[in-house]
Amino acid sequence: MNVLESFRIALRALGANKVRSALTMLGVIIGVAAVILLVAIGSGVQDEITGSIEGLGSNLMFVFAGNFEDGGGPGGGISIRRQFTLDDADLVQRRLDSRHIVVPIVQGPATLRVGNRTMRTTIAAGNEFSDTVFTADYAGGRGYRRSEVVAASRVVIIGSSVRDRLFPNQDPVGRTLTVSGQRFTVIGHVVAQGGSLTGDQDNQIYMPVTTAQRLLGTTDISSIVVKAETADEVDAVKRQVESIMRPAFGDEFTVFTQDQTLGLFQAILGTLTFMLAGIAGISLLVGGIGIMNIMLVSVSERTREIGIRKAVGARTYDIMSQFVIEAVSLSVVGGAIGIALGAAGAAILQQWVPTEVTVWAVGLAFTFSAAVGIFFGVYPAYKASRLDPIEALRYE
Amino acid sequence: MSAMPDKGASVDAGCDEARTVLEARAVSKCYHLGEVEVHALRGVDLSICEGQMLSIMGPSGSGKSTLMHIIGLLDRPSNGSVVVEGEEVSRMAPNELAAVRNRRIGFVFQSFNLLSRTTALANVELPLVYAGVAGAERTRRAQEALERVGLADRIGHLPNQLSGGQQQRVAIARALVTDPSIVLADEPTGNLDSASGIEVMKILQELNEHGITVVIVTHDDEVARHSQRIVHIRDGRIVRDEAVAVRILAAERERPLVDEAEGVGL
Ligand SMILES: Nc1ncnc2c1ncn2[C@@H]1O[C@H](COP(=O)(O)OP(=O)(O)OP(=O)(O)O)[C@@H](O)[C@H]1O
Ligand SMILES: [Mg+2]
Repeated sequence: MNVLESFRIALRALGANKVRSALTMLGVIIGVAAVILLVAIGSGVQDEITGSIEGLGSNLMFVFAGNFEDGGGPGGGISIRRQFTLDDADLVQRRLDSRHIVVPIVQGPATLRVGNRTMRTTIAAGNEFSDTVFTADYAGGRGYRRSEVVAASRVVIIGSSVRDRLFPNQDPVGRTLTVSGQRFTVIGHVVAQGGSLTGDQDNQIYMPVTTAQRLLGTTDISSIVVKAETADEVDAVKRQVESIMRPAFGDEFTVFTQDQTLGLFQAILGTLTFMLAGIAGISLLVGGIGIMNIMLVSVSERTREIGIRKAVGARTYDIMSQFVIEAVSLSVVGGAIGIALGAAGAAILQQWVPTEVTVWAVGLAFTFSAAVGIFFGVYPAYKASRLDPIEALRYE
Repeated sequence: MSAMPDKGASVDAGCDEARTVLEARAVSKCYHLGEVEVHALRGVDLSICEGQMLSIMGPSGSGKSTLMHIIGLLDRPSNGSVVVEGEEVSRMAPNELAAVRNRRIGFVFQSFNLLSRTTALANVELPLVYAGVAGAERTRRAQEALERVGLADRIGHLPNQLSGGQQQRVAIARALVTDPSIVLADEPTGNLDSASGIEVMKILQELNEHGITVVIVTHDDEVARHSQRIVHIRDGRIVRDEAVAVRILAAERERPLVDEAEGVGL
């Protein structure tokens, strides 16, 4: 008897018990759909973050106060003894070759008001090179100039969401805006960049670093961004920056290159995705146990059938393959439906969370569900194939 | 009712020139139920000649079915050996036994043992499936077998859409579809009314006429007398082995009403 024949017998048996087959498959369907969906979310988020880090511009490195080398990443329980000031950024700029650009960064919260419209936002402040370094595209207006940085002018550039909220259907350039109680003039607005998990850039406002310090009442800066002129020089520039900072800060500062940052995020998110897949995999395992359970019931229900088949000449292999194929069909069909449902779910979720159905997730889920069918189908099938023909025929 | 003397009356003396198709040598079967030992068979020697129609008779519990299952290779003896067409089968692996059952032996059971939810045709095809016969050839042979038992018009029916007699004929078609050398029938008429029973016996006699060895297990003397030889068994032992002097031919009993009407008319 060939495999095709086994398939026909198996499918006929499944067809004879449609409701039961469907319920058995449900376990696998849910498991596979969960794997696909969770991995899709994981991959989607990972892509999004990778994209937004790369979208910052190229050849960048970020200098933070505090030693991150011995523990965690940014925000990971590091005690910072001394923050950078503008003088530190100036020092770096002076000592580095002028082909490389240095931008001091200040970030902080702010409340915006225009007429009776208000909103909360984040200030991202730098110097006149900010737009070059972060490759900003202006939808209108301009960036701030060196003179405005020196004078700490109250000029502001707004993100697209801020513009839509505060100046709906209007040209904001030249308009007045209150930032945390101070009057600012809008000199430009930025093209929409789309939602991002690293912080919604469309929801930010940009201003000279000196202005921001005054507004936030601080002389510190959050970080220093350095842009090497070419990608080849990133490592060399990093070493230079380190040697410039060391006399004043010792080990209490860290330079992250963009690649490092990217690698870090990818490692964290990759682990997260695997964990999600693992959790979903457990439900697939439960689905597999469901298949085994039903196959065991099916074998004992059909003991007489097995006896009849053996009496007319079925060999161990014939019975075994019939039941294994039944189990595998359940799990594979369930797997296929699960993949379809998972992909559909991912498409729907796309509205709220970035999702990406990857080939490897589909392949993995499919392979895993087939393996579940084989693994949990073999034992019942083995039991069936080992039945003694006469015992099986006598079975009531 | 007609009867006729059988020409080959000297059966228990061996198989004359005919070959022995099946032989049981000192077969015993013992079941252990906890402390109790049940001796279903206690040393049975039996040889069945090619082309013979034989009945195994005995009271309930005498070991008839047990013997049939052992010579049909469905069960293994506790002691002794079984030889099928010169081949000692006691040491064979389960898969080899399955192959011998498939090619050489056909079974007919009292309770039909058809696959429910499976058409008559598919039931008859079943042994061919395991014999590796596929496609149109398989369907053709199954159809032929159903025609031989007079069920050409019922091939698409499910067992529960057939009468008991028809189901038993499907079972016979299944038994003969692989052209076995021997058909074993355990109480083939046990669940049937007398007319259906006669029909079944007629088919078995026809098969036998075509050279197939037929073994019938029964406790009914009349059924037994359709064969050429009756082996009586009691408490797991053969107690008598007789040739049937006046054999009943089912074909001539088929329309007893007509016969009787004629008889009255004369
Ligand atoms: N699986 C079994 N376990 C234990 N004892 C068994 C088993 N099968 C048969 N026996 C015993 O073996 C003896 C012979 O049984 P068997 O079925 O061969 O009788 P039989 O002649 O076919 O009877 P009947 O005419 O009622 O069918 C009986 O005493 C029965 O109880
Ligand atoms: Mg019996």
